[in-house]
Amino acid sequence: MSASSILLLTMALPLATCVLGLILRNKPNLRDGMTFAGTLALFGTVLALLFAFNDGNNGAVDLVAFQPGLSISFNVEPLGMVFALIGSGLWILTHIYGVGYMRGNNEKKHARFFACFAFAIFAVMGIAFAANLLTLFLFYELLTISTYPLVAHKENEDARKGGRTYLGILMGTSIMFLLTGIIWTYVLTGTLDFAPGGILADKVDNALLPILLALFAFGIGKAALMPFHRWLPAAMVAPTPVSALLHAVAVVKAGVFSMLKVGVYVFGIDNLSQTGASTWLMWLAAFSILAASIVAMRQDNLKRRLAYSTVSQLSYITLGMALATSAGVLGGGLHIVTHAFGKITLFMCAGAIYVATHKTEVSQMRGLGKTMPFTFAAFGIGTLSIIGLPPFAGSWSKWTLLVGSAEADQQIMIGVLMVSSVLNVAYLLPIFARGFFDPEAAEGDGLPWRQRIREAPLLCVLPPCITAFGCLVLFFFSGSVESFLAPIAAPLATGGQ
Amino acid sequence: MLLNVFPDFVSAHAPMLVVLLPLIAAPLAMLVGNRTFAYWISLAASVCSAVLAFGLLISVIDGAILSYHVGGWAPPLGIEYRVDTANAFVLVIVAALSTIVLPYAKTSINREIAIRHHALFYACYMLCFTGLLGVTITGDAFNVFVFLEISSLSTYVLVALGAEKDKRALSAAYDYLILGTIGATFFVIGLGLLYMATGTLNLADLTEKLSTMETNRTMRSAFAFIVIGMGLKLAIYPLHRWLPGAYTYAPSAVSAFLASTATKVAIYVLLRFMFSVYSVKFGFERDTLQIVIFPAALIAMFAASLIAVYQMNVKRMLAFSSVAQIGYMLLGVAFLNVTGVSATIVHLFNHAITKGALFLAVGAIVYRTGSSMLPSMAGMGRQMPWTSATIVIGGLSLIGVPSTAGFVSKWLLLQSAFELGGWPIAFLIVASSMIAVIYVWRLVETLYLQPPLEGVQVEEAPLSLLLPTWVLAIACIWFGINAEMTVDAARAAATALLDGSYANGPVTVLGTEGR
Repeated sequence: MSASSILLLTMALPLATCVLGLILRNKPNLRDGMTFAGTLALFGTVLALLFAFNDGNNGAVDLVAFQPGLSISFNVEPLGMVFALIGSGLWILTHIYGVGYMRGNNEKKHARFFACFAFAIFAVMGIAFAANLLTLFLFYELLTISTYPLVAHKENEDARKGGRTYLGILMGTSIMFLLTGIIWTYVLTGTLDFAPGGILADKVDNALLPILLALFAFGIGKAALMPFHRWLPAAMVAPTPVSALLHAVAVVKAGVFSMLKVGVYVFGIDNLSQTGASTWLMWLAAFSILAASIVAMRQDNLKRRLAYSTVSQLSYITLGMALATSAGVLGGGLHIVTHAFGKITLFMCAGAIYVATHKTEVSQMRGLGKTMPFTFAAFGIGTLSIIGLPPFAGSWSKWTLLVGSAEADQQIMIGVLMVSSVLNVAYLLPIFARGFFDPEAAEGDGLPWRQRIREAPLLCVLPPCITAFGCLVLFFFSGSVESFLAPIAAPLATGGQ
Repeated sequence: MLLNVFPDFVSAHAPMLVVLLPLIAAPLAMLVGNRTFAYWISLAASVCSAVLAFGLLISVIDGAILSYHVGGWAPPLGIEYRVDTANAFVLVIVAALSTIVLPYAKTSINREIAIRHHALFYACYMLCFTGLLGVTITGDAFNVFVFLEISSLSTYVLVALGAEKDKRALSAAYDYLILGTIGATFFVIGLGLLYMATGTLNLADLTEKLSTMETNRTMRSAFAFIVIGMGLKLAIYPLHRWLPGAYTYAPSAVSAFLASTATKVAIYVLLRFMFSVYSVKFGFERDTLQIVIFPAALIAMFAASLIAVYQMNVKRMLAFSSVAQIGYMLLGVAFLNVTGVSATIVHLFNHAITKGALFLAVGAIVYRTGSSMLPSMAGMGRQMPWTSATIVIGGLSLIGVPSTAGFVSKWLLLQSAFELGGWPIAFLIVASSMIAVIYVWRLVETLYLQPPLEGVQVEEAPLSLLLPTWVLAIACIWFGINAEMTVDAARAAATALLDGSYANGPVTVLGTEGR
């Protein structure tokens, strides 16, 4: 099979899963089993694509012409490959977790839920392999629309409100700014293809670049750059598996992924650093990092706290792009991976706690570590990885970002990243610590520890443990991820694909 | 090249047959008086017209111009039918939409129109259809007026037929009658002035005569009368008052047919007069476009969209959305570049299928629940899933979400705004489409996220309503992804309009043999 057909298969599989899931809507076991098979098949396909790519085949394919000279087309490049691997890999775990959560929690409308989920993954694959801005935009919007039913899943007033904010901000920014930016770019350059070194270099007045960058930076609302971050906490009304995959991995990562792609392949890092067009974005990202962390400290609802933490962490990646140095972009790309593992662990743990105890507030979770030790252990590992302590994956991406800041000669950014780590410690670590070391329940109830354990169903506990383990493993293998990503930071030197 | 799939006689007389077939079907339907017969003969006429229109489009897409002399009398004295890319494209829109809506009408009018009026309905529908096709295809200015009146008069009846269900249809039809007649009067006064100034009514001939008359006051006044007359017919924002009532209270099938064709044809006439008969070379025309049409279009985009947000009647909401969409089309015209005019032309098509799908889908809900009010549609996402899905698709296309037809139009419109360096206008365009998000999502939320009203338990719409709706919904997606075909056709049409080839280009005269 040629690389192109494998690439198309990565999109056909989730789509087929979605349709089959709807057809089998009245046979829950068969449907969930089929979806599970679909997740495995997708991951296998993405791996096959990876091997094809490593053999030097980028699988470029033009699907349909949208206009003369402009078509829906796909190809593989390192950043997209990594994003697709993360998305498809974590979909397997989230699906397992989702089945456990939805059943353990007696949620309704499973068929619609899993179908929309599969459709969202289809959109993620499209984003990952988009070869031009038009294709990226198409799938970006499909992702927004397909995740709306997931956010509004509970169909009560809260869900409706959350859904409105979600859709309003994401669709509003993308139509108002992103689309404008894309068409402007098209009119200025006559192309929308992602090209190493960027397509805007030497085509645009330098004074215009920052404005154009602003259209993209704010237009990609999924990157949750302040002040367009409100949709992310609002989306927390969704069931936890949605928050886990979509709002720690797929949706938000689609945002920062698009941001990186635009920075690297549309503007070009060299172009950005020479013109200084992204300096303002760097400051805004720094502000976003700190402000969101501070807001996170004041949230008692665990999922909201994690959401603000995500806002903060996403801005790391935007910062990496805005630094416009090779280490900055690499660090951003790496952070997509490491943050995905860390944050999905935290979200899954939050969901497991909810399934087992129906507790949502941080203040209610004192001493819970004793009844749910596995969940809390995983939570702890996720926390440490997000903070960026070795031996967990997050430390590498943070390190690379620091190197990037140093390369760009931005000492203040080094400071910002340091302070942010401290803030991470302040708002994440206490949850873990109080879970185990609760002074009030210090004596215990005298039961042996085995009898105290009341964990969530296995399907809800196993996945976070696996991703937590992943955080550890990634620490040792992040070098290979980094070298895989390296071409994006120096595209002109290696010649690109 | 020329329609060679058809028999010789058909291809020689294709431009005439397109109009003639429905014109014959109309009295037949009325005289026989049997509603089944009326339906089948109407459908047959509509299908034949659609096939012929498509054949015509194929034969002119590369820039050829076909001319047909009615009755063998040579223009400029005789009436001429002249087909270029622009009007062939509109012919296809009208004929295709009519063919899709007719099978729907067969079922939907059972609930909306008394059975004894069914034959009358088909007759009026065919007359309206004839009129719209005639306006589009003819190359004679007075003939435009005649066909315009044929379509308008039959439309008044079609709207009034909704009175069986809601008496307000009568006053809506009456409003439309008064305003439509005023519009037609303005238009015919304009034509009279043109005739006085030039002594001819043939459009191509007018072009030639007018090209040297820029300072002539009579022809300038004629321009004003024609623009305002057509402005009423196509519902330019402050002249739109007839439209919401007419679309709201007409029978569902009529709303769908009118919304997707009638205003489109009026816009085509405006384009034809502005670009082929008059020319953008004239300073007063550029001024009109920039000082009158352009602001009116912008106001329509915002004001009508905002009004739509507050409508409780879904059909009325869609009607106001139509007024707003007409604003987009006029904006493209006012940009005066090829991309802008092709945005207008492609939007004629894209909006026709989008609005058609939405009106048909809402009509299907009305067919089951009996009401087009928003609250009564609560929870229909569960009870009528297939119908509701088409509303979502149509709604997304109305917003202009990528992978739907509406996106293609918006893309071209924005592109032309940027080509002119008008990024503030581009910003206004996207801002106004955000309002569309609000009114569409109000509907989607009601359909899917609200529990159904007490005691309302309805079935999915019958297949005869679902199929036409789904054909249009799928078209919305198909032409949103694979837009090359429509964009190419629209670009060819826009180029043909702007370079004046309608009057000067090489013409192939059809139907001369055997006379």
